[in-house]
Amino acid sequence: MSSHTSNYTPSTGIEKWLDDRLPLIRFSKEHLMDYPTPRNLNYWWTGGAILTFMLAAQIVTGIILAMHYTPQVDLAFDSVEHIRRDVNSGRIIQATHAVGASMFFAAVYMHIFRGLYFGSYKAPREILWILGVIIFLLMMATAFMGYVLPWGQMSFWAAAVITNIFAAIPVIGDPILQLLRGGFAVDNPTLNRFFSLHYLLPFIIAAVVGLHIWALHVPGNNNPVGVEVKSERDTLPFHPFYTMKDLFAVVVFCIPFAWFVFFAPDILGHPDNYIQANPLVTPPHIVPEWYFLPFYAILRAIDFNFILDSKLLGVIAFGGSILILFFLPWLDTSKVRSGTFRPMFKWFYWVFVANFVLLTWYGAQAPDMKVLGNFTVADTSKLSVLYYFAYFIVILPLLSRFEKPRPLPNSISEAVLKPAPATN
Amino acid sequence: MATESNLAHNDQPNPGRRDFLYVATAAVGAVGVGAVAWPVINQMNPDASVLALASTEFDLSGVEEGSSVTIKWRGSPVFVRHRTAAEIEEARAVPMSDLKDPETDEARVKEGHDQYLVMVALCTHLGCVPVGDAGEFGGWFCPCHGSEYDTSGRIRKGPAPKNLVVPPYQFLSDSVIQIG
Ligand code: HEM
Ligand code: FES
Repeated sequence: MSSHTSNYTPSTGIEKWLDDRLPLIRFSKEHLMDYPTPRNLNYWWTGGAILTFMLAAQIVTGIILAMHYTPQVDLAFDSVEHIRRDVNSGRIIQATHAVGASMFFAAVYMHIFRGLYFGSYKAPREILWILGVIIFLLMMATAFMGYVLPWGQMSFWAAAVITNIFAAIPVIGDPILQLLRGGFAVDNPTLNRFFSLHYLLPFIIAAVVGLHIWALHVPGNNNPVGVEVKSERDTLPFHPFYTMKDLFAVVVFCIPFAWFVFFAPDILGHPDNYIQANPLVTPPHIVPEWYFLPFYAILRAIDFNFILDSKLLGVIAFGGSILILFFLPWLDTSKVRSGTFRPMFKWFYWVFVANFVLLTWYGAQAPDMKVLGNFTVADTSKLSVLYYFAYFIVILPLLSRFEKPRPLPNSISEAVLKPAPATN
Repeated sequence: MATESNLAHNDQPNPGRRDFLYVATAAVGAVGVGAVAWPVINQMNPDASVLALASTEFDLSGVEEGSSVTIKWRGSPVFVRHRTAAEIEEARAVPMSDLKDPETDEARVKEGHDQYLVMVALCTHLGCVPVGDAGEFGGWFCPCHGSEYDTSGRIRKGPAPKNLVVPPYQFLSDSVIQIG
């Protein structure tokens, strides 16, 4: 746990000298090697390593792209084509960055849903969870601004629609909109500042990831049974047990990643983004990248006035759907962390997952498409929005009153050794 | 004054004066921070070259009855539609109670030029350009989230809260308008 002392003894003179001045080796040994980790972590716990790998991959490929890219409305589109056609290995580096964004989000969704199932947000890991939500928000901002850079039709209209969300704020909405865009419409100043911020934000993310890991190393990892570590028998040193497991997971993760990059680099994108931005014509069917679809569906589902006008209400629902995650540690009142031991929670959880997938699908459909009889996407998606919020504000707060959790194992080692006869 | 009594703030012979110094220092500091913060934020606002393009002239005579053109004003598209008599009549027949954002057709055009509808071509929901001659109400249909506008550009259906915006414009002559 946090206050363990490492068994590091500097062996050479140089190490000793360094240890008295900047104990870098000691720090690495404590946090990357000896760090006691619950012995029962499954593959859902490799998400953090995958995410760290993805952040590094985006930063490296991004810095290379920035060497060849031009953030100017008349040149940006061609400069990305230039990267794809002329720059040595540009095709692969550009594809890695574009597909990388999708893989990054795939990993972050798995990581978040892991936390939701195993109750990793509960005390004493609230700050850890909140930092995670902050990272998620920063990732969304980064990916959104990155998507604008190639200055295709989808880039432009994504920028127009998303910045317009701020115009829904009463009174100060329009000044804020102009401030964000640097003009009356999305134009060159917008592209320039998005490039500047797209370059900056990943480094901010890296800093928040540092805090996230710090906040992890204080209480230590949660684990699949959700019972805290009680003795040394419950843990294994991080290295080599989890360094190897993480490495293996990263390699497996790279298989679909590489498949997309080499065989279908553009399949996750939208064909309209290979048409240069045109401020006078909106493409007939605009959709965000797949990883924004569930939230986009929530934004769109609110098409009615209710005290406030539909636009502001839609924006509140859209923002609220993510911000509500900040409050989750206090909304879920059950003391049992792991969903495995919560017979009722499990059902609501899996319905939540299915509902989230459904929202993703809704987000990609035209709002007036018929789904059930005369009911359109605009109608039925409202039910999904309702369940999304009810899960957080009604179900989780009340569930612990009705649910009788299954008996928890006394310790992690007991849970691991369960099939074997008791040793004591 | 001895250092010790400087630290023990309450023992000061004149605490009121000492407090004043704290408050004054903090106030000057806050003004300083504000003076630095404002230019740092304000640089993001529309610059002089953007503001310089704030008005546009346009000759309406080329727009035939029943058709519409899109021109650019301040970087945004503007629709100029030359409406047919039937379209005008349709717009005027709508009872106010059917409207989400009630406004008469007369209030959206210039008197004597009722056939010309001049509107910023951005959906009041999240700013996509609606498609003309589409949707149930014979006006515009927004492809982004399905808002529909009538032949007066008023919102009739979907998530958009307001009618399409009529920009400030005036007739310079019988056929030339200046927007902005
Ligand atoms: C959190 C990490 C990052 C994410 C999620 C991300 C995401 C994206 C996305 C979605 C695109 C659009 C790709 C396309 O559709 O073609 C993009 C483009 C771009 N990004 Fe990033 N990015 C990240 C980090 C970086 C960094 C650190 C840099 C620079 C140092 C960078 C530089 C660029 C450039 C120059 C482009 C335009 C070229 C292109 O479109 O491929 N990115 N980014
Ligand atoms: S932008 Fe037109 S309906 Fe949303």
